[in-house]
Amino acid sequence: MVALADDAPAANRSESAPGANRDRLMRIAVPAAMLALTLLAWEAYVRLNGVPPYILPAPSLVAATLVKDWATLWPALLVTLQITFSALILALVGGSALAILLVQSRWVELALYPYAVILQVTPIVAIAPLILVYVPSTQGAIMICAFLVAFFPILSNMVQGLKSVDHNLLNLYDLYGASRWQQLRMLKLPAALPYFMAGLKIGGGLSLIAAVVAEFAAGSAGAGSGLAFRLLESQYRMNIPRLFAALVLLSATGVAIFAFTSLVSWLSLRRWHESALSREN
Amino acid sequence: MSAPAATSLPPGAARPVVSLRGVSKRFSNGTLALSSMSMDIRRGEFVSLLGPSGCGKSTALRIVAGLGQPSEGTVDWPASRIGRNGRPDADIGFVFQEPTLMPWKPVFDNAFLPLRLKGVSKAQARDTVMAALETVGLEDFARAYPRELSGGMRMRVSIARALVTEPKLLLMDEPFGALDEITRQKLNDDVLRLWHEKGLTVVFVTHSVFEAAYLSSRIAVMGARPGRVVSDMALASPAGRERDAGFRSSDAYGELCRHVSQALAGAMYAPRGAEAA
Repeated sequence: MVALADDAPAANRSESAPGANRDRLMRIAVPAAMLALTLLAWEAYVRLNGVPPYILPAPSLVAATLVKDWATLWPALLVTLQITFSALILALVGGSALAILLVQSRWVELALYPYAVILQVTPIVAIAPLILVYVPSTQGAIMICAFLVAFFPILSNMVQGLKSVDHNLLNLYDLYGASRWQQLRMLKLPAALPYFMAGLKIGGGLSLIAAVVAEFAAGSAGAGSGLAFRLLESQYRMNIPRLFAALVLLSATGVAIFAFTSLVSWLSLRRWHESALSREN
Repeated sequence: MSAPAATSLPPGAARPVVSLRGVSKRFSNGTLALSSMSMDIRRGEFVSLLGPSGCGKSTALRIVAGLGQPSEGTVDWPASRIGRNGRPDADIGFVFQEPTLMPWKPVFDNAFLPLRLKGVSKAQARDTVMAALETVGLEDFARAYPRELSGGMRMRVSIARALVTEPKLLLMDEPFGALDEITRQKLNDDVLRLWHEKGLTVVFVTHSVFEAAYLSSRIAVMGARPGRVVSDMALASPAGRERDAGFRSSDAYGELCRHVSQALAGAMYAPRGAEAA
């Protein structure tokens, strides 16, 4: 049988329109120009008004401090990154595993889900002191805090994803006598992938925030550790330029994590999921 | 209920492929979706279940497929071995109302699924899957993703997937209801051709008189509340119809549609319990 003309593929993958390159350029140029303008205005404001650096340092001073204090800030950044990523990985593994367990049986879900919710809704700053008491190493305690925060969005997204499988596809798998394991591996997990990716994006940002908050809570107990501690320390010493430098590093880390998780999400969904496709009308 | 002998039953037709005896289905909310349905599907038949929505035709089809147990009655498979899961071995292909494809898998993998679930390796299955795709004209789209295909093509992938296990019985649940008229007519011809060439037995659920009249060698007209078979009509074999471009505008087809329409109207306004034999 020959496929007729009106039965041709609905979507066309090539997109070499002349407007595409210009669009890409604009997408980089516009925000970059805006950022440069903001920094320039900030610099001008500080210089023209003679604002003292302990109130508001100029961007140039912040950049200089970043270079000058790199020996202090870099190890701190590494510590924060290590906590953030180990917490995120733990949350991804733990959240997904618990989600798979929860959807296997209604009993398990009824028994365990409330605890997940309680852990989530209790403010992390409130539990942090307790965890700091119980866990011998401060680093470990901070990591547990970050884990607890990142864990829930991944869990709830995964549970939602595993439950939103097309019922007819489930029927189809039943019809062909698929085992539970086949159904999980070949149907439920791939179907939940977009939800997992949404959880990853939220969890990635949250684990950084939680790592910082937990370190604040740890206060002097976390002496000589992550970026948040350096931030607090700079504040005590009125070293505002260094505080800003630490802040810049934290923001940059957050942006990098967001970009990274978005990239992972796009790479894994680009072939099939609506969220990763550009709309063509 | 016994259907009048159709004109061209293949040999061995005496033994039904599947046999429903007094099958009823009551849903958990108390609705009686299907009331005491008895029917024999013989080899080589193209049976349409035709009726208004709520007449239990999809329910009946799902019960035959083993998706959901009947509340009363039995479904027998006199001509099949029964597998470990209590279902006839590799004997059913099912085409849903929607294409029901996995969007994360290319066309080939979607059609390969039934074999993969049976433990056939991809290398072993390649020829079979490609042959199935070829029968629906999609051999050039094996690597495409479902979203890159039109609605009609997706439905064809679904049909290829149902055929890949070479089922004895093909169950189709309003498969073309969501398609435009032109695509639907084309796919009707495809299904007729496959039925004819492969000697399939098809049970086809539809609410279209024209579709049922065009495709079927037998039509079971069903009524609603409760769902039941009201009349069971044997028709002339539709074999070869897909190659006759004039049939759709012929008087014979018009007459057939009128006949089926009247039976359907009778079914919709028939008093309860007045099932025809």
